[in-house]
Amino acid sequence: MTVVTPFEGIGASVKRKEDLRFLSGRGRYTDDINRPGQAYAHILRSPHAHAAIRGIDLAAARAMPGVVAVFTGADMVGLGGLPCGWQIHNKDGSPMAEPPHPVLAQGKVRFVGDAVAVVIASTRAAARDAAEAIEVEYEVLPAVATMEAALAPGAPAVHDGVAGNLCYDWHIGDPAVNAAAFQGAHKVVEFELVNNRLVPNAMEPRAAIGDFDPTTGDYTLYTTSQNPHVIRLLMGAFVLQLPEHKLRVVAPDVGGGFGSKIFHYAEEAIVTWAAGKIARPVKWTADRSESFITDAHGRDHVTKARLALDAEGRFLALHVQTLANMGAYLSTFSTSVPTYLYATLLAGVYTTPTVYAEVKAVFTNTVPVDAYRGAGRPEATFLLERLVDVAAREMGMDRIEIRRRNFIPNDAFPYQTPVALQYDSGDYVATLEEALKVADWAGFEQRRQAAKAAGKLRGIGISTYLEACGIAPSAVVGALGARAGLYEVGTIRVHPTGSVTVLTGTHSHGQGHETTLAQLVTDRLGVPLAQVDIVHGDTAKIPFGMGTYGSRSLAVGGSAMVKAMDKIVAKARRIAAHLMEASVEDVEFDRGTFRVAGTDKTKSWGEICLTAYVPHNYPIEEIEPGLDETAFYDPKNFTYPGGCHICEIEIDPDTCQVAVVNFTAVDDVGRVINPMIVEGQVQGGVAQGIGQALLETAVYDENGQLLSASFMDYQMPRANDLPPVSVATHTTLCTHNPLGVKGCGEVGAIGSPPAVINAVVDALRDYDVRHIEMPATPAKIWGIIHAGQRLAAE
Amino acid sequence: MPQVTLTVNGASHTVEVEGRTLLVELLREKLRLTGTHVGCDTSQCGACVVHVNGDSVKSCTLLALQADGAEITTIEGLAKPDGTLHPMQEAFREYHALQCGFCTPGMVMSAIDLVQKHPQGLSEKEIREGLEGNLCRCTGYHNIVKAIAAAQDVMHGRRAELAPAAE
Ligand code: FES
Ligand code: FES
Repeated sequence: MTVVTPFEGIGASVKRKEDLRFLSGRGRYTDDINRPGQAYAHILRSPHAHAAIRGIDLAAARAMPGVVAVFTGADMVGLGGLPCGWQIHNKDGSPMAEPPHPVLAQGKVRFVGDAVAVVIASTRAAARDAAEAIEVEYEVLPAVATMEAALAPGAPAVHDGVAGNLCYDWHIGDPAVNAAAFQGAHKVVEFELVNNRLVPNAMEPRAAIGDFDPTTGDYTLYTTSQNPHVIRLLMGAFVLQLPEHKLRVVAPDVGGGFGSKIFHYAEEAIVTWAAGKIARPVKWTADRSESFITDAHGRDHVTKARLALDAEGRFLALHVQTLANMGAYLSTFSTSVPTYLYATLLAGVYTTPTVYAEVKAVFTNTVPVDAYRGAGRPEATFLLERLVDVAAREMGMDRIEIRRRNFIPNDAFPYQTPVALQYDSGDYVATLEEALKVADWAGFEQRRQAAKAAGKLRGIGISTYLEACGIAPSAVVGALGARAGLYEVGTIRVHPTGSVTVLTGTHSHGQGHETTLAQLVTDRLGVPLAQVDIVHGDTAKIPFGMGTYGSRSLAVGGSAMVKAMDKIVAKARRIAAHLMEASVEDVEFDRGTFRVAGTDKTKSWGEICLTAYVPHNYPIEEIEPGLDETAFYDPKNFTYPGGCHICEIEIDPDTCQVAVVNFTAVDDVGRVINPMIVEGQVQGGVAQGIGQALLETAVYDENGQLLSASFMDYQMPRANDLPPVSVATHTTLCTHNPLGVKGCGEVGAIGSPPAVINAVVDALRDYDVRHIEMPATPAKIWGIIHAGQRLAAE
Repeated sequence: MPQVTLTVNGASHTVEVEGRTLLVELLREKLRLTGTHVGCDTSQCGACVVHVNGDSVKSCTLLALQADGAEITTIEGLAKPDGTLHPMQEAFREYHALQCGFCTPGMVMSAIDLVQKHPQGLSEKEIREGLEGNLCRCTGYHNIVKAIAAAQDVMHGRRAELAPAAE
């Protein structure tokens, strides 16, 4: 009898193991957790973008029913501030300005939403009521809401002692070589653009519960985090001065992150510290209105670029000057985003021999800005792919041809860029060709004519992009200023009956790790998927980990698991050799069966696992019992996914609405473990990219009030705003990790925005438009169309 | 404190609430049915959708007192007691229509109501329009739309079993 088991290993679109609990309402998100005796925190926040606190009267609040305690910054003096994880150096070698980031405001507030006081009460409603009874006397100060205002001579200082509101003035590349390359250019294309500020808006608002056991001195924090170990390190070591063994951080089911839940936030420290003060659990859950003004925002760059070309359209040199908004304080990884995650990407998929980038990071009286899906790489890609389109038009060249002419050829890998990175693999022609075919680029003119006959303006846009993820080699990022290592950790715990528990330092908040990572085990060890469980998100269970961001879970976390499985297999072969009285070298292992090479002598996986834990007949002098191995994996390089996105849109000239009619993504994400999940990740990323390009933007008024501070004012993509997205992959393997994987979490959000805007500009080609800033709203398009008509009429 | 009596997933409950208590707070905090989520404070996201007397309702937008006497179904009450999933739940799993799962309960409850109210069947465009009140930040909706399209055939008896998702 042959037992046919479905293939569940690498390459199988198996259904997700985590779905059943989510579909049954049995997910366990932070706000679903209640601790016995729990009190509730409500945080009083600044209504002003910039103000001195002249006094706080807590008496009325303290007297309100149910109030347990009220704390302000004065109670937290002596504790640390929220640390920044990456130190950038200025052009002159001096370190960046790093002003303190207090957990609760110390004498001054610097953005609308800055935490001023915390009320802890027996119910959520009582805490909120009491917070309203706090009297704060503010002396309102002039605020800087934009980078332009912050950099103006004589601008108000966000932080005393930070001259000109400048966090750093950094550069990469060789300015002399770059300037020289512009000298002989046939043409220089100059271009300015904005990368609009976004609010990440994971659907689960942030939440945190602090718990304290006075008899042991143990603290526990439950939090909506993408990286619980990092939070334990940052909060324990830098803010609360708690040693790791007294602090447990649990990140249970988390409802989306997109970067915004990487960072260590004030509320995590507040509830943990307050739980110790009142010896009761303290819970805080953000309202969406609070999320808008406290979750780190994304993007917000203003850039000037110059591209030099020769007469054939070859890129000779690129010079980029970018202003990057940091907001009011430095969030955990904010400083790395516009530098090492942005400027290092400015070669893109092209052979541009010299790139010189200068980046100024600026403090403003706005919410801190940090990594949001793609972090730096979407900004680089938007700049490059818009610039290439503009250059093609101004050179009178075809948009595809100019890209082909400048692609890094397949035989050039490993390819050293002029901006530090060395790409290991890719095939930009293949992804381009496939996308052109799937999107029927050749048939577009016909569709444009048909649309025109129907009174619509149709356009098509392309982007050929690359990104760097799988972050990151510790020594490399350390040399560049990172204050952490970026390896990952995996434990493979084989149980006596052969089932497997994996402890991973990565964290799943939608990515499907419980399935994808289990597939790695099934593929290698032959254990059925149902007998493999993935455990993540708890510092008390998992040895260590750096968490999930930068599309690193599989490339780095999966690789750590492979290393741990190597150790498991090596040990298991020794046990099998002993049982079969063979030499270890002769024992082969293939998905569940140990065999003495060339014989029919075999032992099953189950027999070896049982023997490891019941070591009666066992080489006990040589090896220890048990089958439980941990590995730390530090990547050798970044991984470099890339590909081609094509967007086709139609504008109704009466309403100036843009309808995305087709979207094609052909991505090279390296080896694909679960095609269904990869497709879902790309679709979700593309939705966020289309959202940025057409709908979303965070708008501040000149006083620093966030105007787009709710779902009524901030346009999230809804089902009807988005097209069906066709996703395909073309694989070249990553050459330096054992799985050959590159990562797929961010490609959708990186490649898509320029494809959309290139399509919008293409649709408007009969009007006088060189560029349209994101989001391409009907109002902007109306302005272009009507200005064009006026021009024609005159 | 005033009392409200209501039936949730077939079981009757009498609960003391404040006048300002929302239905979603009653479900999550008093009955500990935490499958219903809160994603906003402006009635925009749909994470909190439940069925009240057979209609999909944003439970963050109804006072608990207004639900006195009502029959309520939450995500926890959809599957049969033997664990058999509702065809909509099944379809979401089959078509990978969820990632982080946070929008999912509200999305599923809305989708069921949408399909039930359109026995003649919904086109892709109509499904997209019908999801106006539900936000998902993870999936881009593509697979949610496919799942609903597949589930409606089963719910309306046009197919005995869910059409499998293409590989
Ligand atoms: S919680 Fe957002 S609509 Fe109810
Ligand atoms: S699955 Fe995460 S919000 Fe929809």
